[in-house]
Amino acid sequence: MNFNATLLGQLVTFAIFVWFTMKFVWPMLLKQMEERETRIADGLAAAEQGQKDFAEAKEKSAVEIEKGKEQAAKIISQAQKRHDEIVEEAKDDAKAEASRIKDSALSEIEQEKEKARQELRTQVAALAIAGAEQILMKEVDRAAHNDVLEKVSQQL
Amino acid sequence: MASGTELTSNSYLQHHLQNLVFGKLPEGYERAGGHTLDHSSWTFAHSPQEALDMGFWSLNVDTMGWSIFLGIVFCFLFHRVAKKSQSGAPSGFTNLIEMIVEFVNKNVNDIMSVKNPLIGPLALTIFVWITLMNTMDIVPVDLLPLMAQFITGNEHLYFKVVPTTDPNITFGLSLGVFILIIYYSIKMKGVGGFVGELALQPFGKYMIPFNLILEGIGLLAKPVSLALRLFGNLYAGELIFLLIATLIGSALPFYMGTFFGGALQFVWAVFHILIVLLQAFVFMMLTIVYLSMAHEHH
Repeated sequence: MNFNATLLGQLVTFAIFVWFTMKFVWPMLLKQMEERETRIADGLAAAEQGQKDFAEAKEKSAVEIEKGKEQAAKIISQAQKRHDEIVEEAKDDAKAEASRIKDSALSEIEQEKEKARQELRTQVAALAIAGAEQILMKEVDRAAHNDVLEKVSQQL
Repeated sequence: MASGTELTSNSYLQHHLQNLVFGKLPEGYERAGGHTLDHSSWTFAHSPQEALDMGFWSLNVDTMGWSIFLGIVFCFLFHRVAKKSQSGAPSGFTNLIEMIVEFVNKNVNDIMSVKNPLIGPLALTIFVWITLMNTMDIVPVDLLPLMAQFITGNEHLYFKVVPTTDPNITFGLSLGVFILIIYYSIKMKGVGGFVGELALQPFGKYMIPFNLILEGIGLLAKPVSLALRLFGNLYAGELIFLLIATLIGSALPFYMGTFFGGALQFVWAVFHILIVLLQAFVFMMLTIVYLSMAHEHH
C-alpha cells in the first residue's frame, strides 16, 4: 500500500468527471425524464377523458334510442288508431250509403207500387164499369154515374 | 502467467498485486537487473522495491489508465443518451441509463433534506464509475495482463486492471468526498459553526480537548472508512481469484486444474457480482449521507 501521485491524479479525474456529469449529463437526463413523465400523465388523462366521453356518448345514444323507440311506438299506436277510425268511418259510410240506397230503393218501390195501384185502380174502374155494363146489359150513363164510380175506385 | 520454471504461487501473487509504476529513480540507483544508473531517469519500475523507491511523485499507470478510461466510458454512454433528448417511449439502453439515474435521484432525494445540484451528479458518477471499475474484477485475472504482456513484448510487465484494488484510487475518491464534506460544512454553518460543532460536542465547553479528539477522529474516519471498505472488499475479491488460479490451477494435474480452477473462478465471479454492485452502492449512499450531514445543523 504505497501512496503516490496516483492519488492526486484520481482526485483531479474525479473532479473532472463529476463536473462533466453535472454539466452535460444529469440535468438533461432529469429534464428528459420529467418531460416524459408529464407526457405520459397527459396521455393517461386524455385516455381517461376519452373513455368518459365515450361512456357519456353511449349513455346518450341509449337514451336517444329509447326515445326513438317510444316515438315509433307512439306513431304506430296512432296509426293503429287512425286505421281503426278510418275503418270505422268507412263502415259508417258504407252503412249510410247502404241505408240511403235501401231508402231510395224502398221509395222507388213505393212509387212503383203507387203507380201500379193507380193503374190498377183505373183498370179496375174500367173493368167494373165494363162488368156493370155487362151485368146491367144496358147503357149506363157515364156522366150520370161518374160520381158512384169514382167512389168505388176510391175504396179500392 | 510468465514463463514456466521460476514460477511459484508466491511470485505469481506478488506479480499480480504489483502496479505498473512510472516514476523517477535517483542517480546511482542499483536496478533490479543489477546495473547501476549513471544519472537519475524517469522509467517504469521493474520490481516492487523500485516502485517504493520512486517515492510519492510516481504514477500507477495501469490503474490510473483504467480508471480514466472507464470514467470516459461512463461519461460517453450517459452523455450520448442525455444528448438524444427523446421524450417518447425509451428503448433498451436508454431505459437502463434512465433506470440508474432515477435510482440515484430517488436515493439522493430521500436522504438530502436540502436541495443541492451537485449531489445528484456526484452520486451518479460515484455509483456508475465505481461499478465499472469493480466490474474489471470479473474479467478473468490473467486475460488483460497477458494481452498487455503480449502487446508490449515484455513478459514481466506488471499490469493491474482493477482500479479499485489500488488504494490510491479509492483514497482519491474518498478524499474528493472529504473535501466536499469540509467545504459544505463551512459553507452552510460558517467557520465558527463548523469548529464549534467539532469542539463543543458532545460534552459541552468544559471538555473541549476531548471533544476535539473525538469529533476529529469521527470526521477523519469518514474518508478513511469509505476508501478502505471499497479497497478491502475488492482487493480481497481479486486475491481470491488469484488464489483459485494458483492453488487449484497448479496443485492439480493440468486438465483437472484447468477444469476445477475454471469452475471455481466462475462460482466466485457470480458471487462477486454482488460485491461489485454492493460496494459501489455503499460508497454512493455513504457519500450522500455524509454530505447531507454536512448540510445540517446539529
